[in-house]
Amino acid sequence: MNSLTRAKASELAAAIKQGEVSAVEVAQAHLDRIAEVDGTAEAGVHAFLHVDAESALAAAAVVDQRRAEGDELGPLAGVPLALKDVIVTADMPTTAGSKILEGWRPPYDATITTRMREAGIVILGKTNLDEFAMGSSTENSAFGTTRNPWDLTRIPGGSGGGSAAALAAFEAPLAIGTDTGGSIRQPAAVTGTVGIKPTYGGVSRYGLIACASSLDQAGPCARTVLDAALLHTVIAGHDPLDSTSIAQPVPDVVGAARRGAEGDLTGLRVGVVKELGGEGYQAGVEARFNDAVALLSKLGAEVVEVSCPHFTYGLAAYYLILPSEVSSNLARFDAMRYGLRVGDDGSRSAEEVMSLTRGAGFGAEAKRRIMLGTYALSSGYYDAYYGQAQKVRTLIARDFEAAFAQVDVLVSPTTPTTAFPIGEKVDDPLAMYMNDLCTIPSNLAGNASASFPVGLADEDGLPVGLHVMAPVLADDRLYLVGAAVESAYAAQWGGTLLEQAPALEGIH
Amino acid sequence: MPSISREEVAHLARLARLDLAPDELDHLAGQLDQILGAVAQVTEVAADDIPPTSHALPLTNVFREDEPKVCLPAEAVLGAAPAAEDGRFRVPQILGEEG
Repeated sequence: MNSLTRAKASELAAAIKQGEVSAVEVAQAHLDRIAEVDGTAEAGVHAFLHVDAESALAAAAVVDQRRAEGDELGPLAGVPLALKDVIVTADMPTTAGSKILEGWRPPYDATITTRMREAGIVILGKTNLDEFAMGSSTENSAFGTTRNPWDLTRIPGGSGGGSAAALAAFEAPLAIGTDTGGSIRQPAAVTGTVGIKPTYGGVSRYGLIACASSLDQAGPCARTVLDAALLHTVIAGHDPLDSTSIAQPVPDVVGAARRGAEGDLTGLRVGVVKELGGEGYQAGVEARFNDAVALLSKLGAEVVEVSCPHFTYGLAAYYLILPSEVSSNLARFDAMRYGLRVGDDGSRSAEEVMSLTRGAGFGAEAKRRIMLGTYALSSGYYDAYYGQAQKVRTLIARDFEAAFAQVDVLVSPTTPTTAFPIGEKVDDPLAMYMNDLCTIPSNLAGNASASFPVGLADEDGLPVGLHVMAPVLADDRLYLVGAAVESAYAAQWGGTLLEQAPALEGIH
Repeated sequence: MPSISREEVAHLARLARLDLAPDELDHLAGQLDQILGAVAQVTEVAADDIPPTSHALPLTNVFREDEPKVCLPAEAVLGAAPAAEDGRFRVPQILGEEG
């Protein structure tokens, strides 16, 4: 096995099970790596907002003890994980990247937090994100920007840039992301990692701080497809505490990842989405995407072009639906029951305190989206904006239905460009929103989608992602395709894409 | 193209309970106008006979048995509040002097 921090999650779990290494040693190696490269808001990767060495080592010690007592350990027991700081944890602060929740300690664990603890996964800490998961760069975090381990002057994607950067910097072999418009897939693409957005309702949202409830979906992030599948299996499945959770068996994603690794896609029908490419797409992104499509053919898949004519309207519909839900969800931050309270000097009313607190506690993007949503939902505009956006949502779902009648999966680039320089789009919301062009349709329709690394763009040497879309509850097809592509490229490159990333210098 | 005035932006901020500084209002007014201009694209789609979708899953109500369960301990919840008193959330005055 490689050094502990370079190993796959599946290898680490096997080594712990065999007694070749202890879970405490594995946790310590990752804590040491974080101390070496993560740095602060000012320098280093800055993937983590909070690292809890004590509780990580304690959780690892429990795994070692269970092994010593002869317990049967699960397939990820003892493996460290980086948790996006929008998932609540009773033993660590949870901020959602917002000043309004700075220092808040949730009184309960999210369902997926509980499931990971029960599986023996060791939570190292909480990762950075755009405030309330709204953004594509982590620049909207109240606690500083995360830097892309491939080039520290560039964004790591967002909102889950912290989780993706933690994987790419070898600070953790597994991470959790949440995806409302691309927040798992876009960071995966720009950091050369694997990110899966499961079918909406496939993973519980209980304890996930809501951005837009009809779109939010938590999912696995990893460096390899099999590792993501193993994590998917731990967190997915019905949860009575989430009324939108699907009461059906979890697709066999681990089996699909193992089959896919054999590299035979004979009989698989793949559709290239005509509308997701061309103008506005970086040449190097299109080149690597075309290579990946050629590879799929070579592996036996039948590739055809498919038209999804309403995808063009996805971005516009999304930026009406999402802010509408955000304006409603963020109303709970009212300075009364948790979080920040400003201006409560005895002379001001609750309403004034609420308004002052929200003005001081929310960042620019949160304010923008609250205002947009308030506008879109206000009488006189509701039918023209929100109502019409909901109809477009129906048309996008119908485009998917028609496409999946012809093909098994759809593909596109994950993002139109590679990682851009920090600061380039921070005050240009429309340019920033374009990052989510390819990923948004799957959130609107609720189907499963993923991003897999397919090489580096020629012009800047930065990672490019292949976006794979599958029908509702056909998450296993993502893993089949992802694993096939991964094993073919591993043979070509002599390892994973991340092994080509420049070494990070220590922060000392 | 929608054109949203600074006055309308200030009204929206009041509705959303957001205390915004004058320069924030100016900045936001321009940006909201630009974003609304772009998203107005949805109105170009002829969709009169198309039903709206509010949610990816066709779920309606989800029921469960009405059984009492242990809830979170009051001290854990109040401990995370900005202010608490006598086992309750303490909040600023809700009604005006005349109330």
